[in-house]
Amino acid sequence: MIAIGLEGSANKLGVGIISHPSPGKPAQVLSNVRHTFNAPPGEGFLPKDTAKHHRSWFIQLVKQAMREAGVKIGDIDCVCYTKGPGMGAPLQSVAVGARMLSLLWGKELVGVNHCVGHIEMGREITGAENPVVLYVSGGNTQVIAYAEQRYRIFGEALDIAVGNCLDRFARTLEISNDPAPGYNIEQLAKSGKVLLDLPYAVKGMDCSFAGILSSIDLLAAELKANPEWKDPLTGEAITTADLCFSLQETIYAMLVEITERAMAHVGSNQVLIVGGVGCNERLQEMMGLMARDRGGSVFATDERFCIDNGIMIAEAGLKAFETGFRTPLEESTCTQRFRTDEVFVKWRN
Amino acid sequence: MDVETHPATNPPQRDPSSRPIPIILQYPSTTPPYLITQGAEALLYRSTYLLPSLQCALKYRPSKPYRHPILDARLTKHRILSEARVLAKCRREGVPVPAVYALDEAAGWLMIEWIEGEVVRVKLNEWLKRRKEEGVMEGQDDGELVGLMGRVGGAVGRMHAVGVVHGDLTTSNLMLRPRKGEENGDAVEGKMLDGEVVLIDFGLSSQSTFDEDRAVDLYVLERAFGSTHPRAESLFKEVLSAYGKSFKGASVVLKKLEDVRMRGRKRSMLG
Repeated sequence: MIAIGLEGSANKLGVGIISHPSPGKPAQVLSNVRHTFNAPPGEGFLPKDTAKHHRSWFIQLVKQAMREAGVKIGDIDCVCYTKGPGMGAPLQSVAVGARMLSLLWGKELVGVNHCVGHIEMGREITGAENPVVLYVSGGNTQVIAYAEQRYRIFGEALDIAVGNCLDRFARTLEISNDPAPGYNIEQLAKSGKVLLDLPYAVKGMDCSFAGILSSIDLLAAELKANPEWKDPLTGEAITTADLCFSLQETIYAMLVEITERAMAHVGSNQVLIVGGVGCNERLQEMMGLMARDRGGSVFATDERFCIDNGIMIAEAGLKAFETGFRTPLEESTCTQRFRTDEVFVKWRN
Repeated sequence: MDVETHPATNPPQRDPSSRPIPIILQYPSTTPPYLITQGAEALLYRSTYLLPSLQCALKYRPSKPYRHPILDARLTKHRILSEARVLAKCRREGVPVPAVYALDEAAGWLMIEWIEGEVVRVKLNEWLKRRKEEGVMEGQDDGELVGLMGRVGGAVGRMHAVGVVHGDLTTSNLMLRPRKGEENGDAVEGKMLDGEVVLIDFGLSSQSTFDEDRAVDLYVLERAFGSTHPRAESLFKEVLSAYGKSFKGASVVLKKLEDVRMRGRKRSMLG
């Protein structure tokens, strides 16, 4: 079976085509194309502009994906799209596009939960059987484990998502949003040395990032006012790189800690990192150290599958489609709020 | 949530000898330590304090290789000290908790009184199992369980009254200590649930007098009861009624608990 997946819950528009040759065989990625809307430095992407971006690129990307995959319309079995969670206007644009393709081609629609898409793609690519999943992106921060037909949320961010914290700090520093604000922070952090004190907000298996963002913003303002600022302990000059370094070390330690708690709780020693922040190599490295200490292993993917993409929507959608799930046209809405544990996972046991 | 010092249902396989033992347990005169359990954060050993006859529990927080050394030291120090402060405060005010014997916050260990007995989870499950085997109906002849629930409510109430919230109340973090003179409590026929309720594992505790925090504590306990002992869930109201009488202001907390229940920990997701 072959499915086309359409994703546009945030600033990336992705189209992917996946094939499930036969049960038990690994899925084949036929094509996976993406176009990103980047806001200028110092700004975030606004829903209205992002939706416009998605509308103007939609047809071009679908055509490109079909061409690269080398499939004909007749080969496609279903059209999968992101039902939520995400930003309203971009979600709507893509849902309209999905409905159009469904009517035009005469194919069934499958509405997909964005988070479940990330998890299923991560499992498919890495081959992780039953991992604890850390899902970290610009909009979501969750520690998830599978139990009885649902992806259950063991821990989550109580306020803003970890990626949002990074994005907004990049705005404070007015660094480029291209290719991604978090990527540019990661590159800066590589030359940071001084660890500045930031709040550490872990509550059980939950965590909070808003206070950390306020603190690091204050430190950035202090550095701007006093470029000669020196570390009182070592006498070394404090730089923007040190701020990025301190931010990364603190928030990733929090994420690894809550993941470790969840692993101890459910008795698993595999971790799968998904979502845009999951590309971060320092996070992957720290998670690897923790997993090794527990006699386990960490699974992560690269930017093709970590960052929002169409193929993951196709993968999760096709899995649901194969178990008989359909989204009738009149129910093919989208929603900004759609929890991971609301989805009934019929394809796993 | 057994996140601090209790074993997971299915702990990952690992050779315990590969774990570093804290230096205090490596002295030749030390009673050989016995690793009781390892959680995500800490390892719990049984050893002795000062005299070979005085048993103690040693909670060790090894440094985490993934954390920046400065951050790691800061967190370990903070957590050891805050746990010790909370324990000392409870002890001073007469809340049943283990006494603090010694600590080294830089080395990451806390040595506390060894509590005899079993955790409530184990005792309660044994009791429920025995009743099922004997064919006793639910709600019939359960005075013993009602008594235990009352003592749990009272202990939690006393802790809240002195301005401490536990942060991780489960039946695994409540011990049943046999009363003096009946050390072999198990042998006394039909008195399986007797004993003093002692609160343990304050790794996630904090000092707070907010009704919200107290209500969340009760909510966590209620959820733990429901998931671990579904057959005893109907008697949770006994915990609450004993709690309600335990200190001034407890009724406000119970009112707040209703709000917390409604809200759950379910947060609607944004994007």
